[in-house]
Amino acid sequence: MLRRRLNRLCGGDENRVDSRTIYVGHRPCPDTEAFIPSKFCDNRIVSSKYTVWNFLPKNLFEQFRRIANFYFLIIFLVQVIVDTPTSPVTSGLPLFFVITVTAIKQGYEDCLRHKADNEVNKYLVTVLEDDRSVKKESEKIKVGDVVEVVEDETFPCDLILLESSREDGTCFVTTASLDGESNHKTHYTVQDTEKDLQALTATIECEQPQPDLYKFVGRMHIYKAEQEPAVRSLGPENLLLKGATLKNTKKIYGVAVYTGMETKMALNYQGKSQKRSAVEKSINAFLLVYLCILISKAVVCTTLKYVWQSKEGQDEPWYNQKTQKEKDTNMYLKMFTDFLSFMVLFNFIIPVSMYVTVEMQKFLGSFFITWDKDFFDSEIEEGALVNTSDLNEELGQVEYVFTDKTGTLTQNNMEFIECCIDGFQYKHRDTQSEVDGFTMTDGVMNKLHQKAGQEKEELFLRALCLCHTVQVKEPGSKEALTDQVDGIDGILPQLEEERGFIASSPDEIALVKGAMKYGFTFLGLESKSMKIKNRENNIEEYKLLHVLNFDPVRRRMSVIVQTKSGETLLFCKGADSSIFPRVKPEEVDRIRMHVERNATEGYRTLCVAFKQLSAEEYAMADKGLSDARLALQDREEKLIAVYNQVETGMSLIGATAVEDRLQEEAAETMEALQGAGMKVWVLTGDKMETAKSTCYACRLFQRGTELLELTVRTLEDERLKRQEKLYELLQEYHRKAVQDAPPVKAGVTRSWSANQDYGFIIDGATLSLLMNPPLEADASQYKSLFLQICQNCTAVLCCRMAPLQKAQIVKMVKNSKGSPITLSIGDGANDVSMILEAHVGIGIKGKEGRQAVRNSDYAIPKLKHLKKLLLAHGHLYYVRIAHLVQYFFYKNLCFILPQFLYQFFCGCSQQPLYDAAYLTMYNICFTSMPILAYSLLEQHIDIEILLDNAALYREIANNAMLRWRPFLYWTVLGIFQGLLFFFGVRFLFSNPALQDNGQVFGNWSYGTIVFTVLVFTVTLKLALDTRHWTWINHFVIWGSLAFYVFFSFFWGGIIWPFLKQQRLYFVFANMLSSVSAWLVIIILILLSLLPEILLVVLRKPRGPHSRQKKPSQSNVGGNQSSQSSARPLLMRTFSDESNPVI
Amino acid sequence: MRKSSCRRGGTPEDIRMKNEEEASERPDNTAFTQQQLPAWQPVLSAGIIIPGFLIIGLAFLGIGIALFLTSQTIQVLEMDYTGVEKDSPCFRCTSPSNQTCTCEVTFSLSTLFTGPVFFYYGLSNYFQNFRKYGVSKDDYQLTGDTQYFKSPRDVCFPYAHDSKNNPIVPCGAIASSMFNDTFELYQIINGTKKKVPLDGKGISWWTDYNIKYRNPLPVNGSFASAFDGTVKPINWPKAAYELDLTDPNNNGFLNQDFLVWMRRAALPQFRKLYRRITEGDYATGLPAGNYSLTVYYNYPVLSFDGRKKVVFSNVSWMGGKNDFLGIAYLVVGSLCVVMSVVMLIVYAKFKFSDDDDA
Repeated sequence: MLRRRLNRLCGGDENRVDSRTIYVGHRPCPDTEAFIPSKFCDNRIVSSKYTVWNFLPKNLFEQFRRIANFYFLIIFLVQVIVDTPTSPVTSGLPLFFVITVTAIKQGYEDCLRHKADNEVNKYLVTVLEDDRSVKKESEKIKVGDVVEVVEDETFPCDLILLESSREDGTCFVTTASLDGESNHKTHYTVQDTEKDLQALTATIECEQPQPDLYKFVGRMHIYKAEQEPAVRSLGPENLLLKGATLKNTKKIYGVAVYTGMETKMALNYQGKSQKRSAVEKSINAFLLVYLCILISKAVVCTTLKYVWQSKEGQDEPWYNQKTQKEKDTNMYLKMFTDFLSFMVLFNFIIPVSMYVTVEMQKFLGSFFITWDKDFFDSEIEEGALVNTSDLNEELGQVEYVFTDKTGTLTQNNMEFIECCIDGFQYKHRDTQSEVDGFTMTDGVMNKLHQKAGQEKEELFLRALCLCHTVQVKEPGSKEALTDQVDGIDGILPQLEEERGFIASSPDEIALVKGAMKYGFTFLGLESKSMKIKNRENNIEEYKLLHVLNFDPVRRRMSVIVQTKSGETLLFCKGADSSIFPRVKPEEVDRIRMHVERNATEGYRTLCVAFKQLSAEEYAMADKGLSDARLALQDREEKLIAVYNQVETGMSLIGATAVEDRLQEEAAETMEALQGAGMKVWVLTGDKMETAKSTCYACRLFQRGTELLELTVRTLEDERLKRQEKLYELLQEYHRKAVQDAPPVKAGVTRSWSANQDYGFIIDGATLSLLMNPPLEADASQYKSLFLQICQNCTAVLCCRMAPLQKAQIVKMVKNSKGSPITLSIGDGANDVSMILEAHVGIGIKGKEGRQAVRNSDYAIPKLKHLKKLLLAHGHLYYVRIAHLVQYFFYKNLCFILPQFLYQFFCGCSQQPLYDAAYLTMYNICFTSMPILAYSLLEQHIDIEILLDNAALYREIANNAMLRWRPFLYWTVLGIFQGLLFFFGVRFLFSNPALQDNGQVFGNWSYGTIVFTVLVFTVTLKLALDTRHWTWINHFVIWGSLAFYVFFSFFWGGIIWPFLKQQRLYFVFANMLSSVSAWLVIIILILLSLLPEILLVVLRKPRGPHSRQKKPSQSNVGGNQSSQSSARPLLMRTFSDESNPVI
Repeated sequence: MRKSSCRRGGTPEDIRMKNEEEASERPDNTAFTQQQLPAWQPVLSAGIIIPGFLIIGLAFLGIGIALFLTSQTIQVLEMDYTGVEKDSPCFRCTSPSNQTCTCEVTFSLSTLFTGPVFFYYGLSNYFQNFRKYGVSKDDYQLTGDTQYFKSPRDVCFPYAHDSKNNPIVPCGAIASSMFNDTFELYQIINGTKKKVPLDGKGISWWTDYNIKYRNPLPVNGSFASAFDGTVKPINWPKAAYELDLTDPNNNGFLNQDFLVWMRRAALPQFRKLYRRITEGDYATGLPAGNYSLTVYYNYPVLSFDGRKKVVFSNVSWMGGKNDFLGIAYLVVGSLCVVMSVVMLIVYAKFKFSDDDDA
C-alpha cells in the first residue's frame, strides 16, 4: 500500500502493477482504500517525431546515424580541417543535397503528422463533469472521465461503454480505420449499470494497456448504497477503441480507460520491424571491400610518398619550398594528414549518390507493382498494395514459399455438399447428377436407400440451425447486424441473395444454408432466443444460454440452449479429432468412414454432437462459465478448462462435408512456382486428408509423387515408443530422399532431374515432438534430418498447425543452412505470425479481414497474382537492382583508379587528376540518370516470356548476380578500364605537343581527356547492357552524354567570377581541336568496351532466343529447352536471323 | 552491330486506352505504367558482329597506317644540354659558382629540316604537377587586379613575400620557378654565324594570352609603376614588367614564355614550346648544315637530378611525333580483324555441326 503510493509519487511506475484501477467519473468509492487519483498519461496523441525546436538537431542526428551519411560527414570534416587536394565543396555539396532533401521530406511528413495530431487532439468532445456536460479538447480527457460520443464521431480514447441510446444497450461500431474492416460490430454496455450515470459509483479494474485489438479483460465494481458491490466482467465487447467510429446509434456514454499513447490504436501504431533484403547485405559487403580498397590505396600512396621523399632533393626541390609551418610540423602528424588527404582524394570510390539512387529506384520501382493492371481484381475493386518498397528485389530471390490453405489456395467460399446422419449419407443434388446423387424436390430431404430415423434427422438439422454464431441480416434494413462475438478472426459480412447471413466463418453460413435446403430455416436471434422454422413451417424457439466460442486450439464450438419444454441441450460441432474423443466410441466408427472419405475428396468436414444437460450439470457449467468470465487473469485458460469440462460425454449425431473451392489458377500458379525452383510448403490448420487432397488438386503432389508421412498415425507402433519411431522414420526417409537421390548440382533443375518426386507430410503434434524432443541433445539432429528431407522434397505439407507453429517452421527454414529466402502468403489473422516471420510476407485481400494485409509487405487480391509478382516483377527488380549496384561500384572504381595511378606521376602529392567540378558532377549528373532509367525500365527478358518460362527464375537464384564472382568480374573490368584510361593517355602525353600548331597540353587537359573517355565508356557500357531501349533510355543515355559535352564547353567557356582559379578555361575546347585527342578518345573507348562486346557475343543469349521456343517446350521447361538456351550466341546461325522472331 | 527488332508496336490507342468508366482505384492502363513501352531490343548476333568487327578493324588499320606514316615523317632533334658528363659543352655551367654562364651546343643537319620548325625545351624529373606547387599562384594578380598585389593569397606561401616582407608579384611557386635559360640559334655558314630568327609569338594558348591573363593597367602612363610596392620573384633576374622590353604586348603577365610556363605540365617529364622558326630564310625549314646553339645557362636542375634538353621538331595534323597512337590503332585494328576471322571459323564450324544435328 505504502509502496504503491510511493511508486505513484515517484512518477507512477505502473509497469509493475498488472492492472489499473479507474474511478468512474473520478468519484471516490465508499469501499476499500482512499481515493487516489492515479496518474495516467494524458489523451494527447503524438505521432510526430519532431517539434520546431528540436527538428534540426534531432533530424540531423537521425540522419547521421546512418553509417553511410556519417562516413561522408567525416570525409567532409576532414576536408574542412585538413589541407586537402579537393575543396570541401566537392563532397559537401552532394552530402548537403542528400541531407537537405531527406530533411525536407521528413519535415514535410512530420508536418502532416502534426496537423493530423492537432486535428485529433484539439477536437472538441463532451465530457460529463459534476452533473453537467462540458466541452473539452480531446487532449484534455483524463482516464476516468465519462465521455459522450454521438453518431458518426470517432471515439477520442478507449472507452468502456456505459450507456447507449439504443434500447437494448448495444451500439454499433466500425473499425475501418483500425483494421480496415468496414462492417459494423456490436458492442454492449456493462450489464446492470445504473441508468443514471451521475449516480453511478464504480471502479474499473483492467489490465495494463496492450496492443492486441481483440483482447481486453477487466472487471467493474459497482457500488450501491447499502449493498454488496456488484461485480461485472468486461471484455472486448465492452471496449470502444479510439479510432473506431460510432454508427447507427444516436449517442453513447463511456468511461475512458486508456488515453493518449496508451490506447490500443497508438500502441499498434509502432511500426513493424525493418526487414532487410539480401541485396542490401550484399551492398554492405561490397562497401566493406571498397572501403578496404580505399584505405589500402591511401596507405600505399602515403607510404610511397615518404619513400619517394626520402630520396635526395625530392622532398623539397628549390622550386617548391615548404613554408615554415610545414617544416615545423611533426613528421607523424604530417603522415597522418597526408593519409587523410589521400582518403579524401579517393573517397569518391564510395559514392553518396548510390544510396540515393538505390532508394529512388526502390521507391519509384514499387509503383510498377501498384500500377499493374493484371493485379487488379474487379471483384474487390482493388489492385496490389505495396507496404514496403525495400523488398522489391527479394521477390526475385524466393526459395521457399509457405502458403496457407484456406482462403489462399482455396477460395474460402463454402458450399454445403453432403452430410451424414447417424451413419447414413445424405447428398444434396447439385446441377450435375452423380451416380450416387438422388433426386429431390425443393425443401424435401433426399436420402440414401436406408435413412436414419426421423428423430435423429431432425435433431441433426436442429443442431445445424442452432450451433453457430450466425446472424441474420434483414434485407433492406439499415441497421446491419453483425455477428455477436467476433472471435479472433476478422469478419466480413457475407451477403446472400434471399436471406443475408453474417458470420465470422464462412463454414457456418454454409451449414446454416445447408440445413435450409433440408427444411430447417434459422430465422434469427432476438433477445437471447433463437427462432427456427421447421419442416412443418412451425416456428420453434430456443433460449440461448451460453455460447462456447470457437478457437483454433480447441477446434470446436458449442451452444447451450433451452427448449420450450425446459430441456437444456448442448450442441457441439468441431473437427473430428476434437469431437471423437469426447463422444461414445461405438458411435464413432459408423461416422468415421464418411468423414474420412469426405476428407480425401477435399471437403472440410465437421462432426456434430449433442448432449442433454441435467439441471445440476447446467448449474455447474453456468457457474463455472460465469466465474471464468469474471477472472481478470488467465481468463482464457480458465474458460477453456470449463469448456473442456462441459463438452464431454456427448453423443455423435452426424457429420457434414463442405466444399472449399480452389482459387482461380491455383494449380497453374503452384506449378509455375515449382518450375521456378521454389519449394512450396503448405501450412494449414486443416486436417491431413483435406489438405492432402487440396495439394493433389493444386498439383503440388502429382500422381507419381511418393509421400513420406510423419504424422501421429504413422508414429503409432506396437513395438516402439513415439520418440523412437520418429527417429526411425526420419532415418528411413532421409535414406530415401537424401542419400539415394542422385546428387544434384546446386542451382540446376532439381525437380526435373530427380527421378523420383517426394512429398512430405507432417502434422502439428509430430512437429512439436520434433522441435521439442524430451532429450535436448536430439533437437538439432532431428531438425537437420527433417530439413534435409524437406529440401529434397518437391512439396511439403504441414497440417494441423497452430499459427505459432507456422511461424516456427518459417523460422526454422529461414535459419537453416544457406539461409534461404522465404516467402509467406496468407489471408487470415492466423497467418500474420508467419507473414511477419518470413523474409517477404504477402497478404491476400481475402475474406478473413485485413489483418494479413496490414502486416504484409505486399498485398495482392488473389493467389494467382503471386506468379506474376514473383516471376516477372521479382525477377526484373532483382536484375535491375543487382545491375545497379554492380554498375555503381564499377563506375566509381574506374573513375578513381586513374586518379590513384596519377599519384605515381606527381610525386604522390595528392594532385587531383580531374577538376573539382568533374569530381562532383560525375556521380550526380553525368552518369546517374542512365543507370536510374535502366534500373527502372530494363526488361532483359520480356515479361510474357518470364511468365511462360518459370525456369528462367532459377537463373537468378541464390543471389546469382551479386555473388563474389560477378562482383569480381565487375571489379576486374573496372580495374582494366581504369588502367587503360590512364596509361592510354599517359603514352599519348609522352609528347604533349598534340595540336597542329605545336602548342602543348597541360595537366588539366590530361585529366579532361581521361574524364571524357571515362564518361563515354561507362555510359556506353550501360548502353551495351541495356536490352530494352525505350525512348526514355535513349533520351537519358544520349542526353547525359550530350549534357556532359555541353557542360564541359560551358564550364570551360566562361571566366567564372566566383572561382579563385580558372584552370579549366578552354581546356575542353582546345582538347577537341586536337585530332590526336579525338583519336585517343575513340580508341580507348572502343578498347575498353571490346571485352564487353566479345562477352556479349559469346554469352548465352536469353531473351531473344527463348522467344523462339515453342510454347509446348517451354511449358515442360525440361532439359531440352535449357539445353537449347545454353547455346552461345555465336552458334546461332545467320539463318536464325532470317526467320525474324516477332 | 545491332539488329533492331521493334516489337510491341505501340499504337497510340494502345498507349492510351483509358476507360472512363473505370473506378478511380483501377490502375492507369498506360504503356508506361504497365511496363509496356514500345522498346527497341538490340540483338547482337554473328551476322552483325563479324562484319562489324571486320569493318572497324579495317578502318582502324587504315587510320593506324596513316598515323604511323605521318609520325614517321616528322623530324625530331633532341639534345640534352644539362652538362652532366665532363665532355659536354655545358659542363662548366653546372658549378653553382658560375652565375652567368653561356655555353654552345653544336649540331649538324644532313638534310633539310622541314619547316615550320618548333623549338621546345624539355625538363625531366621536374614535378610541375605537385599539388602544392600547382595551387601556388594568385589568379587575381594574374588578371591584373592590383588590389591583390599588396596582399597575395595564402596559397602563395612561401613565395608571397621576400625577406623584407615586400609582396612578390607574381607570387607563388610556379611563377617563381619560371624557366629562364635562353637560347640563340646560329647557322654556321663557311665559319660565320648566321642568326636564325626565332619567333616568340603564338607559343601559348590563344585564350591564355587574350582572355585569361591580363596585365594591370598602367599607372600614370607607366606600366612599371603599376608594380610599385612589390618586388620581383626571388629567382627572377628581372621584374615582370621587364620580361620583354622590346614588345609591350609580350611584357608582364602576357609574356608568352611566362604563359607557357604557367600552364603546368601533366607529367614530370615534359617539354614546352620555346620558339617557332617561321621567318626569313628559315620559313621553309632549317637547311642542311652546321648549327650552333648558344645557351644562356641559368636554370639549376641537378639539385633534384633533373635534366634539360632542347628539341627541334616539326608537326603534322596530329601534332608532334607520337608513334604510340599509330601503333595502338594498328594493334587494335588487326585485333579486330583477327577476331572477326576467328569468329567466322568458330561460327562456320558450329554451323556445320548444327547441320549434322539436323
